Amino acid sequence: MSGYLEGVLVLLAVNVVFAYGGFLPLAAGQLNLGLAGFAAIGAYVSAYLSNVFTLAPVIAIPLAGVAAGIVALIVAVPVLRTRGIYLALATFALGQIVQAIILNLEVVGGAAGYPVAAFIRLPAIAAAAAVVVTLVWLLFATRFGIAVTAVHDDERVADLMGIDVRAFQIAAFSLGSAITGIGGALYAHHFSFIEAQYFNISLSITIVLYVLLGGTQTVIGPLLGAAVFTLLPELLRASANWRYVAFAAALIVIMALRPEGLVTGAQLRRLFGITRAEPRAAAVAAGLPKERAG
Amino acid sequence: MSANEPILRLDSVSKHFGGLRVIESLTFAVRRGVRTALIGPNGAGKTTVFNLITGVFSVDAGRILLDGIDITDTPSRLRIGYGIARNFQNIRLMPHLSALENVMVGQHCRNRGVRGVLHPVNLVPRNRWREAARAALADAALIQYERSTVGNLPYGVQKRIELVRALMAQPRLLLLDEPAAGLNPAETETLQAQLEKVCIGGLTVLVVEHDMHFVGALCEDVIVLDFGRKIVEGSPEDIRHNPLVQEIYLGAPAAEPMERHSARSA
Repeated sequence: MSGYLEGVLVLLAVNVVFAYGGFLPLAAGQLNLGLAGFAAIGAYVSAYLSNVFTLAPVIAIPLAGVAAGIVALIVAVPVLRTRGIYLALATFALGQIVQAIILNLEVVGGAAGYPVAAFIRLPAIAAAAAVVVTLVWLLFATRFGIAVTAVHDDERVADLMGIDVRAFQIAAFSLGSAITGIGGALYAHHFSFIEAQYFNISLSITIVLYVLLGGTQTVIGPLLGAAVFTLLPELLRASANWRYVAFAAALIVIMALRPEGLVTGAQLRRLFGITRAEPRAAAVAAGLPKERAG
Repeated sequence: MSANEPILRLDSVSKHFGGLRVIESLTFAVRRGVRTALIGPNGAGKTTVFNLITGVFSVDAGRILLDGIDITDTPSRLRIGYGIARNFQNIRLMPHLSALENVMVGQHCRNRGVRGVLHPVNLVPRNRWREAARAALADAALIQYERSTVGNLPYGVQKRIELVRALMAQPRLLLLDEPAAGLNPAETETLQAQLEKVCIGGLTVLVVEHDMHFVGALCEDVIVLDFGRKIVEGSPEDIRHNPLVQEIYLGAPAAEPMERHSARSA
């Protein structure tokens, strides 16, 4: 395998892990713009554990995920008090804080960056991504998936149905952060050098875009979103300087045509369900407004 | 607990929103196994009563007792576990879940804890909870919609799915907020048939409804609210002929409106 191809596939696998880290909070209705901060925590914890305690990556990377998850659990209670745009701003600030702390942490190199000794290759990273995808898919085949979507759709009714809205919001936030941490750790061990500047807001936004582009309603969405996002710029490489323009234009077109993402729940149900004409006309005829007030 | 004890009792319950006294020292009881209607003009506070019973709002004064247990301060999330399930005046199904998954949301209160939540309901094809939800949909003649996106379904069908969802909690007390509102006569008839089937098991129902034919056909007790107070209660027949109720709905005789108005604002 050429170095270029391996590089692209490693990025694809890491981005898939990131996408699932972003998927969990988004599935619960949270716009988390601090994902890069959790990726940084994962990357630095794993690097530190393997550099200083000579832990094998197979142990250090899961521990890094746990560390990112614990930090998320601690900040979840105050951060999740905010909603909507304020939640986005609070998590954005959180990401900035993590970045600022790392820049000032001499023990991991500060602004100079931090070399990572233990190296992992594509097969290990691909396997890790497969494990993450499988676990998230299994999780969403349980009642957890239904409850998180219910919390996303209507918190008030979810609460009246006996769903502990707060617990599910915290769980989605923390699990998503843990997975993002694992993504950061995988990145660190392959590229052998990490610096705080890499884990900036544009990484967070990119992760969120993977999920929004792929679709937040199904477990397939993030996989597809990450794949399109990673591979499309590579395919457009031929057009040199214009590739980012072409890529951005493609994004806008996709978002205009599929505002709920490339894959939606309704679409999957149509594909795999018993094919049957849905009585849309009757629904329009009823024509009654539906209130979604909180 | 004696069989005669009411399943639900509101004891001098009051609720104010700022200076607006929405519910004023309201006392009533719902008899076990009886279908009771809560009626009154717009703004009488009927939906607020439901929101107080289910804990959406906390009461400012008074007590709410379910089967003799004081649930006044019980968090809203836990009340469905005590056996209170409801529908909503404006349908509130989860738009991103299929009809079947919406119904499965109703099972949540019977599946608390980590094991219940991590039960793989959508993994194996013949999962027992999934099959129970499908059976409930089939029972209500809605099984053909199980995979449908709820937002695309006719209004009447959505209302019936919401009813099935509430029933999945296996409630002792079912609160129905205007179940027939916005339905055409055929849909109302289907809903009525579904409700009668449900009530055969002796389920206690408290229903807010404007359609007096619907109330007369379904309910044995009627409570009339106006401006947050109980005006009268009795059988549908009594209520229909009650002069006070006629006044509330049709207006006072010509000479008295000013007097009535001033009596109220006092």
